[in-house]
Amino acid sequence: MLQRPALSIRGVTKRFGEFVAVDDLSLEVSPGTCLGLLGPNGAGKTTLMRMITGQTRATSGKINVLDHDVVTDTRAARRVLGVCPQQDNMDDQQTARENLSLWAALCRVPRAERKSAIAAALETAQLIDRADERVTNLSGGMRRRLLLGRAFVNSPKVVLLDEPTVGLDPQVRSDLWLVVDKMRRSGVTIVMSTHYIEEAERLADDIAIMNHGRIIARGTPSDLRRVHAGSEAVEYVGSPETLDEIASKAASIGLRTRRAGLSVSVLGVENTPVATLESWGRHSRRATNLEDVFVLLTGESLDA
Amino acid sequence: MPRFDPRSIPAIWVRELILFKRYWRGTTFSAILEPLIFLFGIGLGVGAFLDEIDGVKYVIFVGTGAVATAVIFSSVFPGMYNTFIARTFQKVYDGILATPTTPAEIMVGEALWIAARTAVYGSVPIVVTIPFGLDPEWTMAAVPFVCFLTALGFAFLGQWISGIVKVIDSFSYFQSALITPLLFVSGTYFPISGLPDWAQTISHVNPVYHCIELVRDACFDRLSVSSWWNVLALVIFAAVSCALSVRTITRRLVT
Repeated sequence: MLQRPALSIRGVTKRFGEFVAVDDLSLEVSPGTCLGLLGPNGAGKTTLMRMITGQTRATSGKINVLDHDVVTDTRAARRVLGVCPQQDNMDDQQTARENLSLWAALCRVPRAERKSAIAAALETAQLIDRADERVTNLSGGMRRRLLLGRAFVNSPKVVLLDEPTVGLDPQVRSDLWLVVDKMRRSGVTIVMSTHYIEEAERLADDIAIMNHGRIIARGTPSDLRRVHAGSEAVEYVGSPETLDEIASKAASIGLRTRRAGLSVSVLGVENTPVATLESWGRHSRRATNLEDVFVLLTGESLDA
Repeated sequence: MPRFDPRSIPAIWVRELILFKRYWRGTTFSAILEPLIFLFGIGLGVGAFLDEIDGVKYVIFVGTGAVATAVIFSSVFPGMYNTFIARTFQKVYDGILATPTTPAEIMVGEALWIAARTAVYGSVPIVVTIPFGLDPEWTMAAVPFVCFLTALGFAFLGQWISGIVKVIDSFSYFQSALITPLLFVSGTYFPISGLPDWAQTISHVNPVYHCIELVRDACFDRLSVSSWWNVLALVIFAAVSCALSVRTITRRLVT
């Protein structure tokens, strides 16, 4: 028997006036997996996240978190959800502990369990020694860790992380990945939107690429690479004219290319004769990555 | 929206309590100082030229009237500013709505908190007026309840205003064109019997007037069966502004 999905989205559309933010989107997430929702800005990721929490109402379609319909049974749905919003909405003047205790109360964690829930969240966020510090005195990375820990204070079954590391420097970002990874190992289902490819590649079991309100590709990172970009790529550097020429030569033998500033990558070259590639100029060989897939599918580059 | 669940209210109060721990000193300080300034300035200053108003010394009249000022200031302004800031700048409500809490529960929880706080702070002018010659009466125990009920309506009114303005600067329209006239056409600083008939008629739909009537009746042991009309007016005001607040804020928060 198939396992019941932890999150199921069926034919969901959201219109804001004329604008279609989410367009007949369907998506299922298996329990205990981490789905990376990848898409350029404006793809509809945040709208989708808000519809899962019931804060935005779908124009049509249905969303279930476990057994709970997010519209008709919204309170039960939100009780099993944990959310880390894109925009930090913690109270600056409250301490880390106060923020967590407020959240425990809002999430209806039974009074007797609140203390241990708060301790566990502080531990997850690695903030035990800063627990009584006001949020305003915490560094950007600490605030984000606290925001992540807060999403776990009610022992949720499904966790939504909306761009959890946006705007953080790489060092801090990898710190946060440790926190997310720990959450993932604890067995909760995670839906994480991001526009950092590396983040999705490291943390997600499964990737859904979203553009213009639709899921345009879905699979494990390696499947997506294999299907859309092959396993190897070669990269040429040169003047725009040279790059155009290489791109058209590659296209003439059925290879896909991707332009990125001063270079062009020819994708899926693992079976292409080396002599052919060398005849086009000096190049370097590399493995394909998710970013290749993303650019191929969306035509847009990411600020990685 | 799911049915209103009162079990969400304590959580909203947790937030208010955490915040209150930070600002209670300042609030208490001004809650005591302001009626004192009022009594010395207007009460004694203007009172030197007036003997009695409505059968009481002017300082007593204005001291009991100061309850209205205290109640309005500590309910409609938190309703306006705190709600606007939490919603638009801090995005606090967006966060809270991802938990099992509805916009109605947030608004009602916060208004109840404001009302409870105002029940205490709004009654301070009565205590402060006692040394100026106000005779203590048992019926004064009704004053905190009057403050609570009035503040509830004004807190909801403030929340509603916060939901209909686009920018925080627009609050000054409501401050000047709504709140200030309400305070003047209510009997706070002078009895409304001196006003033209039309203004007296208007004052009867002014919740501040009903608040002041109840406060003075409680202070001068004049409460009677007809006082329930004043209570009813305040209940209707609270119910209407509650409905307006919940409707408007829900539309702002749930898209």
